Amino acid sequence: MSELDSPILSVRGLTKHFPGGRQGFFGKHEIVQAVDGISFDVSQGEALGLVGESGCGKSTTGRLITRLLEPTAGTVVFEGQDISHFSNTQMRPIRSDLQMIFQDPYASLNPRHTVGTIVSTPFRINKITPEGGVKKRVQEILEIVGLNPEHYNRYPHEFSGGQRQRIGIARALALRPKLIVADEPVSALDVSIQAQIINLMKDLQKDFGLTFVFIAHDLAVVRHFAQRVAVMYLGNIVEIADRDTLYATPKHPYTKALLSAVPEADPDAVGARERIRLTGDVPNPINPPSGCRFRTRCWKAAEICATQPPALIQIGTSQVACHFPE
Amino acid sequence: MSAFLEVKNLSVVFPTDDGRVQAVDSLSFSVEKGKTLGIVGESGSGKSVTSLAILGLQKGTRAEVTGEIWVDGKEIVSATESEVRKLRGKAMSMIFQDALAALHPYYTVGHQIAEAYLVHNNVSKKQAFARAIEMLDRVGIPEPQKRVNDYPHQFSGGMRQRAMIAMALSCNPSLLIADEPTTALDVTVQAQILELLRDLQKEFGTAIILITHDLGVVAETADDILLMYAGKQIEYGTVRDVLQVPQHPYAWGLLTSIPRLTGDPNLPLTAIQGAPPSMISVPSGCAFHPRCNYVEKADVCATRVPELVAIESGKSHSVRCHMDSELRQRIFSTQVKPQL
Amino acid sequence: MLKYTLRRIVSGTLVLGIVSAIVFSIFYILPSDPARLACGKSCTPDLVARIQVALELDQSLPVQYGRFIKGIFVGRTYLANTDAARECGAPCLGYSYQTDQPVTLLLMDRLPATLSIAVGASILWLLIGLSSGILSALRRGTWIDRTSQGFALAAASLQIYFVGLILQFIFVDKLAWLPMPGYTSPFDYPLDWAKQMVLPWVTLAFLLSAIYSRLTRSGMIETMGEDFVRTARAKGLSSRDINIKHVLRAAMTPIVTVFGLDLGSLLGGAVITEYVFNIPGLGKLATEAVTNLDLPVVTGTVLFAAFFIITANIVVDLLYSVLDPKVRLS
Repeated sequence: MSELDSPILSVRGLTKHFPGGRQGFFGKHEIVQAVDGISFDVSQGEALGLVGESGCGKSTTGRLITRLLEPTAGTVVFEGQDISHFSNTQMRPIRSDLQMIFQDPYASLNPRHTVGTIVSTPFRINKITPEGGVKKRVQEILEIVGLNPEHYNRYPHEFSGGQRQRIGIARALALRPKLIVADEPVSALDVSIQAQIINLMKDLQKDFGLTFVFIAHDLAVVRHFAQRVAVMYLGNIVEIADRDTLYATPKHPYTKALLSAVPEADPDAVGARERIRLTGDVPNPINPPSGCRFRTRCWKAAEICATQPPALIQIGTSQVACHFPE
Repeated sequence: MSAFLEVKNLSVVFPTDDGRVQAVDSLSFSVEKGKTLGIVGESGSGKSVTSLAILGLQKGTRAEVTGEIWVDGKEIVSATESEVRKLRGKAMSMIFQDALAALHPYYTVGHQIAEAYLVHNNVSKKQAFARAIEMLDRVGIPEPQKRVNDYPHQFSGGMRQRAMIAMALSCNPSLLIADEPTTALDVTVQAQILELLRDLQKEFGTAIILITHDLGVVAETADDILLMYAGKQIEYGTVRDVLQVPQHPYAWGLLTSIPRLTGDPNLPLTAIQGAPPSMISVPSGCAFHPRCNYVEKADVCATRVPELVAIESGKSHSVRCHMDSELRQRIFSTQVKPQL
Repeated sequence: MLKYTLRRIVSGTLVLGIVSAIVFSIFYILPSDPARLACGKSCTPDLVARIQVALELDQSLPVQYGRFIKGIFVGRTYLANTDAARECGAPCLGYSYQTDQPVTLLLMDRLPATLSIAVGASILWLLIGLSSGILSALRRGTWIDRTSQGFALAAASLQIYFVGLILQFIFVDKLAWLPMPGYTSPFDYPLDWAKQMVLPWVTLAFLLSAIYSRLTRSGMIETMGEDFVRTARAKGLSSRDINIKHVLRAAMTPIVTVFGLDLGSLLGGAVITEYVFNIPGLGKLATEAVTNLDLPVVTGTVLFAAFFIITANIVVDLLYSVLDPKVRLS
């Protein structure tokens, strides 16, 4: 990716606070700081991986980018347009360019609609009639995602989990989007099916020049899909780098710990790898630690970590938010 | 030496409106004290049904369980409910995937651990409660005297799974069945829990059955692997055997399809075609044959169920496949090994 | 917890205030002239005018409402239509047009009968409903289950006046095992009280226990499928412990809620039951007041019923927070 390309998606200082429960009788509502001031760019045709553990804000980020949620602060610029506070009407022409694939292929498909209806919904909503008619186009898409076009009139429950995720992908592809946000697209699938879906999405990216934001908790899955990876922790991006750099030389202690925690299906690798065991769980995003949010689980934490939140700085080809990077 | 747990020809059949569902089909394996067996399979492979059968939890349901399950010299399949009940929680216990759902929402964590201890030990409530605190401390819950009075929803996901482990181990069982114990957890917490299980096993010499779909988790924890597909064991052996020199095409498919942290990420993953069969319509013959890339004698694979055969006589490593061993070795070393 | 209780009481009082305002406005906006109603049979235009002043009907509606509310809290003084001014102590709900007695007194007079019906019937329906529901759930699919649920279905679709009248016909008229239902003070004649109450109790309990039986059964069966019940079995608990401590405990919570609300609305007046069995309770008082357009009494009974229902709601919520720790702490 050359620096000259203007990014298709540009996120600056993106923040989302959710109201939590009330504290006491007349108390204020608690605030869940789901995403807190994150910035990144996505270039045309690349796949950016967004990884992190539960509560890190990766899914919220996905929903903010696709404007299923409105940001509390910060901007989302898509193709030069600031869509951060667009109304539904304003979003309508952009929706076809900006699609989402969800984790749960069971829950995200309406069980009462046929596959044909589901995949053709985007055409109806946006009042678009493709060349050759909707049905023909839908059947083409079904074929592209590896489903039998003759299954047009079947219902979601007649399909297996992997096939259902293909339906979800077909729906996202219908309007030839420019950017697809895939939120944990394979984590609900059986192991033997995950590879099929990853390969399919990779082929689509290549064939149609799609841009992806790929959200996942599984570092190995992200490695096989994304060219650039951002690691999130408690609403912040702690490290962002191109894939090979990030996996070979992680700079942030959290990235390092995360990588070392992934179990490898190789008995010889088990003893050989360096182990970093983080203690405790991810803190509550209602009351995140001061300064660096990772400091409570970090073995390198010093005084400064409690007082100053580290800024995302450039080290080599990586950007890292740490006072003591590797 | 006879193993602590010995399962012979275990079958579980559920009579349903759509016909008889053979969830588990003639399974045989054994686990010795201090060792871990990983039972690996995808959804519907029958791995969870197997674990419930060992605890005798299908007694009183419509499930038909046949075969033999020997736990510490006692046979479970033919035993009565009250006989098995005395073993549950004491000789053998179980932890589950979703600890939030597996703990009672209306009782404190301490109460639930104490309850497990109280059934099998003639102690006072106070002593049982002290035991609960001791166990919480042992599984690494900070401030156990305080947290013992918390309700499950006040614990984080990792702590809940620790509490489940504390409860399961409160009576020092010799066998622990862990059904996907870390699937719902984050990787960093998963690593903590697996380490805790390993430590406790070393300390108490517990035999563990680890049920999982994650080959990485078994590689890190298990001594032996039982690979299940559509209710049958299709490969069995030590972790090294099954993960490094796998023999069944399904094992090959699994091992080459999982994304790894090593190897060239730009190469496409070698996916297994199709989807795991549903229990209601298991393919005839070798259940894997519709998805198998190496079907050599199509009529045989589609009609005859392959026998479980030892790879080398005298070794535990065995496989259920019609392919002849020479061909299998050739395919393995030329096509599969380079991808591992 | 205390804060929560206080907040609920404040909001409950607020709701009661709104109910009173609505009831008050509806009745006083009605086309009928209260003064004419209060005047009785031997009425002259002159008397109507005096009553109008006495009842303060010449004042604007907000003023009237304000005085009405003031009456409830501190009492009020009525200008009598005949003699000297009448002192109506708090809580004052006015005087009945029909009998000229204080409404508060009327309500207190009728409360014991309603209380007797509600408490007795609720104990009975809880006993029958819970035990048959538990039995059905534990013996699911057997003849016990089918019989008891068949009964429950039949009972749930019957009506009080139907069952009540049939029972009365059999046990009072034909067999003469029981006296005519009615109300005598349990403190003076406990045996008579019980005998007279049996039919109302049984009738109400028969219908309501059907609902509780089905609720208990479905709640328990649903809970039996929960993961934590499997955990309890894996611990080696006996099936008795599992069913009582784990299954029933979890299934009870929604039943308690429904019970509280049922009892609350019953305390406001078991209208149909009292009417059918001719028992002088609050429900009967309300129906009489409505037929006679005795507005102060209607207002009083409606407010009284609303008070019980709101109180029951608060109690249920507090109880819920005791039963469900998740509610307690958030």
